[in-house]
Order: sequence, then C-alpha cells, then structure tokens
Amino acid sequence: MENRIEKRIVLNAPIVRVWRALTDYREFGQWFRVALEGPFVVGQVSRGRILHPGYEHIVWEGLIEKMEPERLFSFTWPQIRFHDKERYSPDYSSAPRTLVEFRLEPTATGTMVTLIESGFESVPAAWRADALRGNDGGWTQQMKNIENYVA
Amino acid sequence: MSPKIRSRSRSRTRARRPQPAILFAALGDATRLALIGKLSSGQPASIAQLTAGSRLTRQAISKHLRVLERAGLVRSVRAGRESRIALDPHAIEEMQKYLAAVSRRWDQALARLKAFVED
Repeated sequence: MENRIEKRIVLNAPIVRVWRALTDYREFGQWFRVALEGPFVVGQVSRGRILHPGYEHIVWEGLIEKMEPERLFSFTWPQIRFHDKERYSPDYSSAPRTLVEFRLEPTATGTMVTLIESGFESVPAAWRADALRGNDGGWTQQMKNIENYVA
Repeated sequence: MSPKIRSRSRSRTRARRPQPAILFAALGDATRLALIGKLSSGQPASIAQLTAGSRLTRQAISKHLRVLERAGLVRSVRAGRESRIALDPHAIEEMQKYLAAVSRRWDQALARLKAFVED
C-alpha cells in the first residue's frame, strides 16, 4: 500500500533562488497562496491564512522540522478533516500529521526539486472520505466563483 | 466457498469513528507495518499464518490486528469455521482517492513554484 506522494520537478532557476522561494516565508506564501505571520524556524510552528478563493477560513500550520541550506526543507502539517466553513475546525491538536519534504539538487541548468509527503496511514478512513467530499465541495464552489467572474 | 464478511465488525468500526490518537498509533509500529505488508497481496491470512515467522505470540499479533481493525485498515472475514484477516479494500480505495486529491494539489502548487522562480 503506497502511503506517500513523491514528485519531481526541474526548475530553470539556480538552487539559491529555489531555496529562498521555499524557506523565506513571504516568498513561500506567494506561490503557495498563504499569508504567513512570521519566518520559518526549525522546531517552531508557523501559521497563516490560506489565500485560495473559497478556503480563506482555513489556517495554514506547519511545524518546521529541517532546514539544511540548499538541500532539505521539511515540515509536518495537520490533515484537515472538513474544509467547508460550517464544519471546519482550526483546532489541530489531535489531527493526524503528515511530513512534507522538499529535497533540492543542482542540475546543469537549474534545480531539481523532489517533493515527498508521507505519513498518510495515520489519517483515519472516516476522515479520508470526509476530506474528499470537502474537496469536491470546494471545487464546485471554485467553479461557481469562476462562473460568476466571467458572467 | 467465498469468504463471508462479518458485517458486525465493519459497522462497529464505522459507528465508532476511530479516535485520531488510535489511528496515529495504528501504523507507527514496525510489527503492524509488517502485518500490513504480509496482507498487501490481497490474500486473507489466518492469525496462525500471520504469527508464523514472527517472534511474537499469537496473542500479541491478535492485539496488533485489533489496533489495525479499529483504524479501519483490516477486517475479519470468515472462511468456513475459520476467521481470516484481510486488508479492507474500501479503506485502501479511499486512501488512493485521498492521495490522488493531495497529489493534484501538489501539482498545482509546484507549477506555481516553477512560475514563481523562473519569472
């Protein structure tokens, strides 16, 4: 049973640039779409507000695990059971957590980023079903937003 | 004879809505991970089969299996008079769907990262 996600992407940018985009909280916030309150510090929790349309009520939270310059940036974050406003809870104290790792390697022309998210086996079966329904709802809402926008 | 699913254990698992702490613990253990590994072929196994090759007692293995059952990852199936343990295909299917949804979100986020650093 595969309980992890692994993705590889080659970026046409120097490793020092990619490292900054991942670990500077303002830069991370720009591409991830989250307004973080402060810098990432190993061993500390970072929080912020999601800026994705329809998900603005959700709190982003990550416990920074490792920052090995230009090699590895990792954090754990909670899995969210309900994404919809009515049932969403910002209390993550008992939420199952997954580990997110960004591993960097220089290539001839840029940087290879390997993203690994692991630990999904700790997510209860009932939660997984709820989270899927929550996401579907979210996407339906997003499509509606687009419809309203173009109409 | 096809194995008959004991609906009792299934509905009990559903109704109880496992505690996150229990689920946290469910696979954070080498023995339980090994048990999942043995069952991953999809073939149900008896407790005796699962105990064979392990240094643990049958009782200890049963205890670990109960933890996995509460987590919704395995269930008991009846084969004649014998009870066998199987991975819950429904749980695994849901896990795959869940991972696919997370995976799509990462594809989008990484595409935004690419655009951001290459700009």
